[in-house]
Amino acid sequence: MSSHSLHVEDLTVSYRRIPALHHVGFTLTCGSAVGVLGPNGAGKSTLLKALAGLLPLETGRITFHGREMKGANQEFAYLPQREMVDWDFPTTVRGVVEMGRYLSVRWWKRFSQEDRLAVDAALEAMQMTALQDRQISALSGGQQQRVFLARALAQEAHVLLLDEPFTGLDQPSQEGLKLVFRQLRAQGKLLLISHHDLGSVPELFDQVLLLNGELLAAGPVADVFTQENLTRTYGTRVFSRIDHGLAT
Amino acid sequence: MDWLLEPFQHAFMQRALVACILIGFLNGFMGGFVMLRRMALMADSLSHSLLPGLAVGVLLFGLAPMGLFFGALSAALVVALGAQLLARGTRVKEDTALAILYTCAFSSGVVLLSFVKVRVSLLHYLFGNILGVSNQDLWLAYGVAMVVLPLLVAAERPLQLLLFDASVARSQGVPVALLNIGLVVALVLTMLSSLQAVGVILLLGLLIAPAATVYLLCDSFPALLWGGGALGVFGAVSGLWLSYWLGVPSGACIVLVLGGLFCVAYLVSPRYGLIPKLWKARHFHKESLARWEHQH
Repeated sequence: MSSHSLHVEDLTVSYRRIPALHHVGFTLTCGSAVGVLGPNGAGKSTLLKALAGLLPLETGRITFHGREMKGANQEFAYLPQREMVDWDFPTTVRGVVEMGRYLSVRWWKRFSQEDRLAVDAALEAMQMTALQDRQISALSGGQQQRVFLARALAQEAHVLLLDEPFTGLDQPSQEGLKLVFRQLRAQGKLLLISHHDLGSVPELFDQVLLLNGELLAAGPVADVFTQENLTRTYGTRVFSRIDHGLAT
Repeated sequence: MDWLLEPFQHAFMQRALVACILIGFLNGFMGGFVMLRRMALMADSLSHSLLPGLAVGVLLFGLAPMGLFFGALSAALVVALGAQLLARGTRVKEDTALAILYTCAFSSGVVLLSFVKVRVSLLHYLFGNILGVSNQDLWLAYGVAMVVLPLLVAAERPLQLLLFDASVARSQGVPVALLNIGLVVALVLTMLSSLQAVGVILLLGLLIAPAATVYLLCDSFPALLWGGGALGVFGAVSGLWLSYWLGVPSGACIVLVLGGLFCVAYLVSPRYGLIPKLWKARHFHKESLARWEHQH
């Protein structure tokens, strides 16, 4: 096992005792963009949330840099779907990015110079410096994604977990976001991105995870993103509701 | 200047003034959390469920403030935590559970109060009377403020994260469940400290209106909290003062002043007010029209 890798073995996550993800295992190395693909209800969001420590694991373990991850930690940053965020919250772009530092500062202590510099650098990297005093609802969809990415950078997270970041973005914003992803990958971050537009997979990702309740294939796009695998992923319903005696 | 200061020459008005400053600030500060956590209606239910606790307190200890305090505190906590338990164990959602529990609690308060031998008017608890606050009531409000405010200030950042996005807060290791319970307890303590002054029904106005007003004026979380506190003090004191000259009930007057301030902010707030928004829309339209004409 390489030291700069995320290693997942035998991961099972259930909602009300019905597994949404079944014995999933894979290894990913830092500095890559990984597409998490699969039909609706395949467990894409579940996988991201489980990695972020938001869901209890029924079985399995997650190791990062050779260290076992349990629950919440600073290395992983979870970026929620855009419609899950209250954009009218009384805070500015800078305010959101500063939230990334809350873990490293004691609750009641003031921000240090180091914290301020980290926030500045994160804003700069995401080209949001000029907009830092804006209220967050006064941003475009692409800018809103960049604010949350900047927060993950301020947190100094190495693994970024993004839930459908391209949903609802216009074409120029999508292009901008693609550029940002490439930049982050070059910096050695590991990006796990749930995604549903299969057409843009080859230009976005260098690796994919094909999910449908269980992991059907994982690996480089060139090897794994094949018609055969896609048919298996989208055509079969491995852990469908029918198997559990529920109405569909 | 006499007309300004004259009301406060009476001892009961001085006590009322201190009460206004204490509970005005406490409620205004707490209001920001309640609004952003979307607990406003929960706060309403909780305030009503204080009644049975008060009744039990009166039955057991007479009108002793400490008996009333712990009676009401336990009643509100039973309803708040009971609703969460009910919601967790069944398919019933939390607001539904709360609605059932609080109306039952309120009703049992009404029933219990009819057994009380001491003559206590129900109206007194429903609307409060800030002119009748005792020194003990003031000490209670002071004590609650000294416990609740430092804790809220110390936990300001994790609370902000929790209010903004609970799932991200949890992924960053913020103790979400603990802070949620802490907020409910702080809310109940705040309401208890204001019960004597504004009563069960008007509590909510003093709690929410200042924060809602400041929310229309600023984009900063700390400013929302401190500004809400300051506005709560201003509204409570000026409402008290007005009620003296107009000869009307003080609690209602305070809530009306705060409601009026909210309306003003709603209309003229530079960024989120109705009038600037309409004006800006037309302005922008004109600008784009001019640009269009220029191009063609």
